[in-house]
Amino acid sequence: MIGSPDVVAFTKEDDFGDSFSDPLSLPEEFSVPLFTHTANANPWTKTSFAKFSKDFILISEFSEQVGPQPLLTIPNDPKVCGTFDLNYFSLRIMSVDYQASFAGHPPGSNYPKLNFVEDSKVVLGDSKEGAFAYVHHLTLYDLEARGFVRPFCMAYISADERKIMQQFQELSSEFSKASEIVKLGNRKAFANELEKKLKDLEYTRSVLHKEAELQKMNNGCYSTQAIEKANELANMEKSIYEHKDLLRQITSYPSRKRRDMDFVECETEKQADTSVSDDALNGNHSEVAEKTDRKSSYTPQLIKAKSAKCFDKRLKTLEELCDSNFYHQTLEQLNVIEMTFRGDLCSIYTSQIDRALLSKQRVTSFLFEAECDWEDEGTSKNFNFTSNIPTVPVLHLSGEPLSLESYTTCIDLDHIKPGVESMEGPPESSTSDITQETSEAADTETKGSFSSDKSIEALGGVSPSSLQANYFDGLERKCKVSIASSFENASHSVAVPRRSSDGNLVPMDASCCIGQDSFVFEEPLPELAQECCGDTVVNQEPLSLFQGDTALQVNYIPEESALAESPNMGLTFSELNTCVLSEDVAKINIEDASDSTSYMSASTSSDRAVSPFTYGSVLTLKQKKKAGHSALRFIRQYPFAQQAIFCLLSGRTLVILGVDEGMVRKLVNALFVFVPNLGKYCETVQPWLSTPFQLTDLQRWKLIGLQRAASPAGSSILHSLNRYSRYISILDCDNKTLRCPPYRGTLISHLADHRTQIKRGSTYFLHVQGMLTQLTAKAFLYTFCHHIHLPMDINEQGSVKSRRTNFLLQLGYTVEESKIVQYLSELIKQHYVQGSSKWVKQSFCFNYTTSFLYKI
Amino acid sequence: MLRWILGGREALGTVEKSAALFIGEEQPKNCFTEMQVLKGHFDIVRFLVQIDDLRFASAGDDGLVLVWNVETGDCLLELRGHTQQITAMTSYTIIRGGNTHTALITASSDRTLSLWDPDSGNRVQNISDLQSSVKCLLVLDRLDVWLSGGNELCVWNRDFELQCKTVHHSDEGISAMLELPKNFIAAAMDKEIVIFKLNLSGSDIVVMAMRHLADHRDTIHSLININDGLFASGSHIGELIVWDSVDWTIQAYEQIVWEEPAVDNQSEVRLTQQKPIEKSIQHMSSDGEFIVAAVGSGLYVYNVPMKSVVAYRKIAHDSNVLHTMLQKDGRLMSCSEDGSVRMWELQDLPLPAEPASSGFFGMFGTFGRSSKHSCPPVPKLPEVPGLRSLELNGDLIGHSGAVQMFLSFKEKALVTCSTDHLLIVWKDGEMQSQLRSLAVFQKLEENQEL
Repeated sequence: MIGSPDVVAFTKEDDFGDSFSDPLSLPEEFSVPLFTHTANANPWTKTSFAKFSKDFILISEFSEQVGPQPLLTIPNDPKVCGTFDLNYFSLRIMSVDYQASFAGHPPGSNYPKLNFVEDSKVVLGDSKEGAFAYVHHLTLYDLEARGFVRPFCMAYISADERKIMQQFQELSSEFSKASEIVKLGNRKAFANELEKKLKDLEYTRSVLHKEAELQKMNNGCYSTQAIEKANELANMEKSIYEHKDLLRQITSYPSRKRRDMDFVECETEKQADTSVSDDALNGNHSEVAEKTDRKSSYTPQLIKAKSAKCFDKRLKTLEELCDSNFYHQTLEQLNVIEMTFRGDLCSIYTSQIDRALLSKQRVTSFLFEAECDWEDEGTSKNFNFTSNIPTVPVLHLSGEPLSLESYTTCIDLDHIKPGVESMEGPPESSTSDITQETSEAADTETKGSFSSDKSIEALGGVSPSSLQANYFDGLERKCKVSIASSFENASHSVAVPRRSSDGNLVPMDASCCIGQDSFVFEEPLPELAQECCGDTVVNQEPLSLFQGDTALQVNYIPEESALAESPNMGLTFSELNTCVLSEDVAKINIEDASDSTSYMSASTSSDRAVSPFTYGSVLTLKQKKKAGHSALRFIRQYPFAQQAIFCLLSGRTLVILGVDEGMVRKLVNALFVFVPNLGKYCETVQPWLSTPFQLTDLQRWKLIGLQRAASPAGSSILHSLNRYSRYISILDCDNKTLRCPPYRGTLISHLADHRTQIKRGSTYFLHVQGMLTQLTAKAFLYTFCHHIHLPMDINEQGSVKSRRTNFLLQLGYTVEESKIVQYLSELIKQHYVQGSSKWVKQSFCFNYTTSFLYKI
Repeated sequence: MLRWILGGREALGTVEKSAALFIGEEQPKNCFTEMQVLKGHFDIVRFLVQIDDLRFASAGDDGLVLVWNVETGDCLLELRGHTQQITAMTSYTIIRGGNTHTALITASSDRTLSLWDPDSGNRVQNISDLQSSVKCLLVLDRLDVWLSGGNELCVWNRDFELQCKTVHHSDEGISAMLELPKNFIAAAMDKEIVIFKLNLSGSDIVVMAMRHLADHRDTIHSLININDGLFASGSHIGELIVWDSVDWTIQAYEQIVWEEPAVDNQSEVRLTQQKPIEKSIQHMSSDGEFIVAAVGSGLYVYNVPMKSVVAYRKIAHDSNVLHTMLQKDGRLMSCSEDGSVRMWELQDLPLPAEPASSGFFGMFGTFGRSSKHSCPPVPKLPEVPGLRSLELNGDLIGHSGAVQMFLSFKEKALVTCSTDHLLIVWKDGEMQSQLRSLAVFQKLEENQEL
């Protein structure tokens, strides 16, 4: 007989381990690494003795004249660096030996050769200074520099070693973006410089040629002067040839560098063109001269035969090295990096997980999440490109992720805004904020004007493949055109990097990470990093991520559980700047002492004074949190707050009627967080309206602030209120009454309990977000359960209805709460089927129920 | 209701006056819980014509004809060509090689007639040299010809070639036409109904007037077919005459007289002024057995076989009723200048002598109804056996102007058009929700995400 101890001995430990897994535990990739707990250390005490107060970015150069020197820091504030020795640290980071590009005459070649080297990324620590840095080396081309190259580096310097190590991947991809911009600008500038130089050289040659002829005429062929001139001329020829070769190399950069299939077509096109121009260069100079003459009004100068290689010449600044536009974009990108990685590692993690999660729930995220936040990442930069170089707007698409969505967004930003400003609003809404209608009109107008360009029209196609194909047709054509007119410009436009994909694909140089005290790089959290990066690419169809229904469910379950756990949910990328606890937490704005958000962002002075949102502007999380504060006040003040919130959640338009604009706006501001499908610009809310509303307005606005006036206009407003009273709820903020259908249930009392213990607006906002996310999850479940929606049999419709009702009852919802879920479900369905074009064909749903009058 | 908002006495007065019949917000029998507003016209929309199960055309005073998809609400085509308001529109089904193809014929005040192809949007045919503008159109599918009625009656073949026409009749012109058996046509001209006969000899068609029926004492506004053997006409002073379709004899004559409630002298003046308008039969519709007539702002249901009034509502709307529709199951709909569409149901009275109680709607959620929208007093019913009541089932409020006409796509949708330049598609929210669910699962399947 086998005793129990034997049995235990025979079972392996794994068997026990496998049999039980905590269903509530987070998946591996979503877990935040715990703080390494040593000797009861306070995690907020500064472990290092760094001489700087917070993280910053340093740009340094290894100058051929003075050696390593710091150029600038971001943020550009001497306080940040404190007593930290930038010069010394520049020396340290620049002295890290890496595979520097070598230009000049390589052995075995007669001509100078440009090396296109990969940037190198190194982690470097200086325990003495208490500084740890991610160092990103890059080289820029400068015709006057030694070997045509100027080594630069960008370094992210932090006192937290773990941050650098664990965020290496993210830092690397972000810095690569910045580097791509600066290098792109540099190539453009370098090619420009080369062209000018070539013109100088050619001019000089022609002058020399004339002189030589003259010498020959005067002194005969074999006079010393004539021979000297001939030598000089030969040197000049050689120099011209070398420069042309350099120009060819720099302009052919993309064909060497870029392996993306997308670029093949335009490359071949361009290559053909380069070869043609090469032929032209070899054979017929006048043609080239003609070409270039047309392009610029540069007057060539005579070049001294012996160019002075003296050390007192001024080297170009970084801004001169790359185009000024690109320089500013780089700085902007670096600022973004600084803001992204500001603060504690833990909050960075949380927000990264957040983003990863949000990007997975595209089916429902439009309901209550700030949709813009994760979309913005891809588009904000695009906007820069288009706005800065407006001459060839189409070509600059080549640099962008080929996403129609992002493209239209950048058009929106770029063109619609001024359009809206300049346009006169329609008479019916002239006294209110810009209405959707006007922006719609502007929208169609811009689109109309743009669609005259064929390549843009092609972008209207839906499938990405056709999109690209068509797009490249357009690009090809455009290339031809612009190459004919401006060869240099075209080639560089094509070279605009595809940023969003580059972010992940930047190759790592394995040999580059060892410095004196530098750390061996270990890849941190590979899965998460992959996921974060992969998912931030927005140029995918919203739902193509889902592989199957099971995947759908899987995606959905962690979303819910993780969100319940994660304390920072709803914070996304762009909010980091405002909500991450910065080092100088100490300053508390007295005015809003009750609101934690106010001091969280004390360091960013620009958005200190956040006003309640205005119609048409992008809604930020900061504003939402502020609104949380107002909402908290509202639910404490008005006993019928639950009914009002019920109206909003169930899609019944709530009209806030009042004499005082400030008061109405305040109430709108308190309630807009509860409006589902708020839209990026708060399209579904009209904070202040002083004209009668139409039926169509009820369809698109779910929260309206309405002026009560004694004028004739006022009485017609009241008439419209009366006429459409069955479709709306009216909150009269002068009499403190609410007329709306009744609500019975517990859901909203959890959401808006007037005896809530929550003190802070931001906390309350998070509470609301949590509740709404749960609700969204239920709506998702309700929407995507087959068996309750699909008829078992063609003819039976009634059973579907009863199955639906029963399902909602089983979820524990009352009749009223079912209406909320049903409304959210309808929104999800419409959003899923119609995509993001939600304003096009939305029908207006309502139900016939009796309203009550609630008094305070 | 809304007294608390309106505050001022004056505004309140208008509300009270307009609430002639108010059902309230709780309408369990009203299935139209979803609407879609269609914008596109720039003036009053007067006509709606169904093209097929999915499409319909709308036309109005802006001379535009718009073709819509009723399911999505998309405007499919804009048919431009008429320079003035459109006076008549009808669909014209052509059978070519086994395929039925529906076209649209429109007539406009600019004295043109056009044939449109609603698939391509082309103006296939156009006649512009008419002597008078056409007021009504009638398609005779059997003979493959169509007729236009204005100051004269013209017969056209499918290629828009004039076959024959009558002499100039009167300045009043033909206001309505209908097809009778044996190639006869009845046309309403002011107070008369003229019977025309179409003689087909070979390929020639000759039209001639056969008889003038001059039994109406005032202008005929409405002329409808009841069934194969009967047709009906209604006049401005409330005469409803049922005619035999074959020998054109009067089968029934009904003079609709709203009984005068006992009124004090003070309001008598006003009532006498309103009287002629109140009795005018604006529109009629029939299901073969019943006729529903829009009389002033009231509704009148007439049983043809029994030759008696079945039910009526003297004040069914706050203003003149413009269009009615009788459905098979004893339900009817009416739309009015007051901007609403109302749905009614014929119901047997509990006891013949007892007037319909106002308690019917009380069954549904009187609890908590805000204030005074109880049912108005039901009009006194004459002691007629078999009288039924016309109960309000629900109303559709959306338009801000008179609802000119509506078009029913059975359970799929109801389209209304109005003076406020808008069209509204009303749908059953529950059904639409199910359709959207199906669409979602279909898309999931297409994307292979299931």
